[in-house]
Amino acid sequence: MLNIKKGASSHSAYDLRDPNGEIIESHTLAVLVDNESGVLARVIGLFSGRGYNIESLTVAEVDHQGHRSRITVVTTGTAPVIEQIKAQLGRLVPVHEVHDLTVEGPAVQRELALFKVAGKGDQRIEALRLAEIFRANVVDSTLESFVFEITGTPEKIDAFAELMRPLGLREIARTGVAALARGA
Amino acid sequence: MTQMSGAKMVVQALRDQGVEVVFGYPGGAVLPIYDEIFQQNEIKHILVRHEQGAVHMAEGYARSTGKPGVVLVTSGPGATNAVTGLTDALLDSIPLVVLSGQVPTFLIGTDGFQEADTVGITRACTKHNWLVKDTAKLAETIHNGFHVATSGRPGPVLIDIPKDVQFATADYVEPTASKPRHYAPTVKGDPAMIERMVEMIETAERPVFYTGGGVINSGPRASELLRELSEATGFPVTSTLMGLGAYPASGKLWLGMLGMHGTYEANLVMHGCDAMFNIGARFDDRITGRVADFSPGSKKVHIDIEASSINKIIRVDVPILGDVANVLEDVLALWKQRGSRVNRKAVAKWWGQIRDWQAIRCLDYKPSQKTIKPQYALERLEALTRGRDRYITTEVGQHQMWAAQYLHFDQPNRWMTSGGLGTMGYGLPASIGVQVAHPEALVINVAGEASWLMNMQEMGTAMQFRAPVKQFILNNERLGMVRQWQDLLHGQRYSHSWSESLPDFVKLAEAFGCKGIRCDNPADLDDAIMEMLAYDGPVIFDCLVEKHENCFPMIPSGKPHNEMLLGEAETQGVIGAKGAALV
Ligand SMILES: Cc1ncc(C[n+]2csc(CCOP(=O)(O)OP(=O)(O)O)c2C)c(N)n1
Ligand SMILES: [Mg+2]
Repeated sequence: MLNIKKGASSHSAYDLRDPNGEIIESHTLAVLVDNESGVLARVIGLFSGRGYNIESLTVAEVDHQGHRSRITVVTTGTAPVIEQIKAQLGRLVPVHEVHDLTVEGPAVQRELALFKVAGKGDQRIEALRLAEIFRANVVDSTLESFVFEITGTPEKIDAFAELMRPLGLREIARTGVAALARGA
Repeated sequence: MTQMSGAKMVVQALRDQGVEVVFGYPGGAVLPIYDEIFQQNEIKHILVRHEQGAVHMAEGYARSTGKPGVVLVTSGPGATNAVTGLTDALLDSIPLVVLSGQVPTFLIGTDGFQEADTVGITRACTKHNWLVKDTAKLAETIHNGFHVATSGRPGPVLIDIPKDVQFATADYVEPTASKPRHYAPTVKGDPAMIERMVEMIETAERPVFYTGGGVINSGPRASELLRELSEATGFPVTSTLMGLGAYPASGKLWLGMLGMHGTYEANLVMHGCDAMFNIGARFDDRITGRVADFSPGSKKVHIDIEASSINKIIRVDVPILGDVANVLEDVLALWKQRGSRVNRKAVAKWWGQIRDWQAIRCLDYKPSQKTIKPQYALERLEALTRGRDRYITTEVGQHQMWAAQYLHFDQPNRWMTSGGLGTMGYGLPASIGVQVAHPEALVINVAGEASWLMNMQEMGTAMQFRAPVKQFILNNERLGMVRQWQDLLHGQRYSHSWSESLPDFVKLAEAFGCKGIRCDNPADLDDAIMEMLAYDGPVIFDCLVEKHENCFPMIPSGKPHNEMLLGEAETQGVIGAKGAALV
């Protein structure tokens, strides 16, 4: 979708209005691709070239023998735009399957994040206490800092980040969402 | 299996793919391949003057034959010069296989001499591309390239071949031995959707077949089936710029082209229909005008080979994913089986309405004794070439739209124009590509003087390979289409839309060694055209036309179909009746 919202201009050869000014939805797509060189650039180029959004993106080879990778993309757009995104992904030659986990039934979504939190005294104790509540693991510690590892939905990780901020949060590294449909 | 060098493999694979002609330009990174080309006679090589020309020639070759066009260019500047042509072919769905040389694998990434990230640069302007790093994979990749370029919605592919891969040897893989490919687009339509289309044919009161380039790309069978279906139903037919010739312009159901410069009747039929059958067109913005007001009262069927084209711009009621010929075959069979029914009475009434619209005669123009009107030039060209084995290419601008309006195409693959990208400089090289494919045919490039200059170096190619292409330049000494927009939308401030310092085209023709003809008098035009047609060799025809003519009808962008401008009169308020007909 065009992200231009200048209104119809009589001075343009193009009608610049956004024809689908509807509700924006968030969808999680699983894309199975040949793990050949450039495949990720192709997928990302499609999103940037056509003005689609990427909220989160993860990729790794999941079938070493078949050289297949699974790309999980969280994207946002109106319903017709989401349909377009799926169709456009489907037309890429190395793409084998496109699944919309948001509409194809319930799915589990998980993201892993590492948090570096520095502090002393009460702040440090409070950070550790909250980490326990969130089931975050301490994977590195010094006398003045922790690195927590936390897994969960993106919302849970956002919530943890909010709590850590006043407690000396220094850095966050997030993997992006991995997702699978529930059931067999 | 046979061992051979990568360079030899390239030539062998092209031969095995049935390639007869390659359009190319040599350079350091493709010398091994050129060495192999030198040592054989089966594949003809056309040496171009600029790589953009090579790609447009291959497009002209492909569009006039239905076969993929093949291009060979060197690394770096050779590849970057091909980018415009690749983009053009992508937007117009033209099958091309472009082979580019690359610096040796061990130099990739070092900013080596004539190194460019060709697969990176062309990723967005090819259907797919490959960098082949291993000679053992080269033949298979080329076979796969042909498969991808020609199946589903056709398009250009690029295969980047480093020089060391060309020198190294490996086993050659035959096309039949290549491993099965998962890329296999759907070609058969869903029977449930086909049934719904048949029901719509049976009940439609105000139907229209809106056809596009997909009918041509699907092959001659699709055009035959379209003719059969439309004759049998009696429904009116219009076409996009890309689809001209699929239904004959001499056919009694023909409404003319639709869209921004389409006919009054075609656009009003689109606006007023109750059943729209989109066959291989894509609801491009030049067609729809204001999307919100596009054909408000119709149920719509859309036949397209590509899922991403369906519901992209216009929501349709009956989407049919499949190849046009396959789908029309099934539709015809089912419709006949159910009794070949249509609502004859309602359709006859619809035709009554259409006749009224046709009576407006929207393509009439003010004739002149003094200056050659561009429309007149094309009418005469049409009249004097009718019945001949004729192929037309065009450049981009007003002349292109007039050619679409005033020339008539009764067969597919006879009309080559840059529709999607609107590439000035397309027509001259494309005409050479067409002529190479059809050496005996009459090939004319209807050009604007400004566009023509963009790739005029290719006259050298036409001379060298004895391609007797006729360059029919409608010279208005203006970037006419730009001037028209400035006239209508920018307060007549003609910012840089003059063609200044034009060459003397007749002398230019002499310099190239071909024939030059100039004509500025309507009374001399027929003789001049006959002289062009009679000349056995390339001709540059400088047809000096009216400088201030605008192209009508015109739907200004962002306006619905029923807010069409019919002519100068429209803006000056002279033809009141015509204006009043437009609500
Ligand atoms: C490569 C390129 N640059 C710019 C344009 C924009 N453009 C469209 S039509 C046109 C003028 C074409 O002039 P000419 O070839 O003389 O044709 P005319 O409209 O006068 O018939 C221009 C500049 C284009 N389509 N392609
Ligand atoms: Mg001009």
